[in-house]
Amino acid sequence: MIINSRFFNRSELIGFVSLLLLLVVILPLALDVFRLNLVAKYLTYAFVAIGLVLCWGYGGILSLGQGVFFGLGGYCMAMFLKLEASSVANTKIQSTPGIPDFMDWNQLTQLPFFWKPFQSFPFALAAIILVPAIFSFIIGAAMFKRRVGGVYFAIITQAIAAIMTILIVGQQGYTGGINGITDLRTLHGWDIRTDHAKYILYFVEVFFLFVAILVAQFIRLTKLGRILVAMREQEDRVRFSGYSVANFKIFAFCAAAVFAAVGGALFTLEVGFMSPSFVGIVPSIEMVIYTAVGGRLSIFGAVYGSLLVNFAKTSLSETFPQLWLFGLGALFIAVVLAFPNGLAGIWGDYVQPRIDRLLASRSKKSGNGGLVANGAPAE
Amino acid sequence: MLIGHQPKDFLLAVEALTVSFDGFKAVNDLSFYVEENEIRVIIGPNGAGKTTVLDLICGKTKATSGSIQFRGKELTKLRENEIVKAGVGRKFQTPSVFEDLSVFENLEISFPRGRTVFGSLTFQRDATVQDRVEEVAEMIFLKDRLKTSAAELSHGQKQWLEIGMLLIQNPDLLMLDEPVAGMSVSERAKTAELLNRIIKDRSVLVIEHDMKFVEDIAHKVTVLHQGQILSEGTMDKVKNDPKVVEVYLGH
Repeated sequence: MIINSRFFNRSELIGFVSLLLLLVVILPLALDVFRLNLVAKYLTYAFVAIGLVLCWGYGGILSLGQGVFFGLGGYCMAMFLKLEASSVANTKIQSTPGIPDFMDWNQLTQLPFFWKPFQSFPFALAAIILVPAIFSFIIGAAMFKRRVGGVYFAIITQAIAAIMTILIVGQQGYTGGINGITDLRTLHGWDIRTDHAKYILYFVEVFFLFVAILVAQFIRLTKLGRILVAMREQEDRVRFSGYSVANFKIFAFCAAAVFAAVGGALFTLEVGFMSPSFVGIVPSIEMVIYTAVGGRLSIFGAVYGSLLVNFAKTSLSETFPQLWLFGLGALFIAVVLAFPNGLAGIWGDYVQPRIDRLLASRSKKSGNGGLVANGAPAE
Repeated sequence: MLIGHQPKDFLLAVEALTVSFDGFKAVNDLSFYVEENEIRVIIGPNGAGKTTVLDLICGKTKATSGSIQFRGKELTKLRENEIVKAGVGRKFQTPSVFEDLSVFENLEISFPRGRTVFGSLTFQRDATVQDRVEEVAEMIFLKDRLKTSAAELSHGQKQWLEIGMLLIQNPDLLMLDEPVAGMSVSERAKTAELLNRIIKDRSVLVIEHDMKFVEDIAHKVTVLHQGQILSEGTMDKVKNDPKVVEVYLGH
């Protein structure tokens, strides 16, 4: 193991390769398509968590409203798929054929203007990135230029998440309301509901996940990544070193929003619908918990955190539906108090040194596993 | 005595500067001028408004009225990072360095290139940066600590690192708030040596309480009292000014 790359240090490389093995080889071989699709759903949250590593872990900007951007990405994808599913042939029993079913139920007689461009797939793809980027830019510019930060910013993002949910639920005829946009069928005529499609979508998603990991790692290693760390500690020193702190915060927030939106769009494809229940305060806070549990300074930790907490959620919420939320809250408090760097911190502080010692004594034995703790981007 | 009607001779011209916090005038109708390559020390009792004056010049605090001209630019209208770009560097009273980064990275962040978001994304650590960081690190006695995390430095070394971070910006006006506070005797001597070396092609504005240190470095001393100038001139002149003795030196 003397592979020395500038892009990944040794333990990050091990983390990358083991995650690749786990997601590309082990899980697809070990799980049936139903379980694999669940993993795919969990992994969509990993995109959000990776964004939060940059924004919260590195930049120190806690956003409790990432569900908004997850939802924006998801809704952009869902609008395209819904229009494709609502062809005149498919909807001929409606009083207005050719528009989505929920619009028909809400006495709409024509497609609203903002739905029309979503008939184009390239437009929908661009919107998945641009809509959350522009929205987060506006929020970021309004807040950070006025030097609103810390707890106040977190509360405002939470309020935005609440407003977004109310807006979606209230405007039923335009958004599908509380049920969301359901009954999505095909992508360019390709049925996304079959087992075969679910396998393919899983691998597409894993591909995008690794692209996201590489992009996040790239950002972390640039001078911008170091400025984020610097800003988290000594905002004034960064300002008096000639940087516009607000612009860097806006960038971190927008980047996190775009990561979340890509996750949301993939969520729509994997799960087959989008609803306001993934937008509001509770899902937004859960996303922060995935990041905290995985380790807010570790990109790989964020992926494992999303997988583990969601796995626990699925298994435990089936068995103890009442207790689950308390359990999640307790987990969050425990992690913050005892292990501020999450699983990645535990790995870096306790497991990694032991493996290194083992490696040193028995040079043949190779380490495995994948969480990497990084207090700071080392030189 | 210089009468300030030829601003082209001055690097910094502060005129009728006033800042009021809820009616309390921390700096009250203050005017002073700093020449090129001058070392000016500001002294004064606690609460005299010394740090506030530096805050006003570097943009941390906005002036209520008055003007601050730096090379013909009105600083009161600029943002903090624009003031840095104009050529003003500021060191804070407590060492503020980035403890999660290494000494090298601390200095590199202060290197005046790639200061925009996209500039910093495409910033390359090339030979120019490398050489300049090493040059400054040598000046601030930290050449062999480049890879050390800043958190592991001693108090005095952190102060030097912050001075180094300013030097790498190559400002025309360097403002230091109590640079030797909390330093050991030997660190003090080294800091004086460092300051004497770095002032060669720039002006320096220093706040300091250590009179021995002030005598060592100051060209000119300004004594502040209740937000106003009590006395100004050479250290000898100021020391013998009865008003100064009364409020400040004579206890």
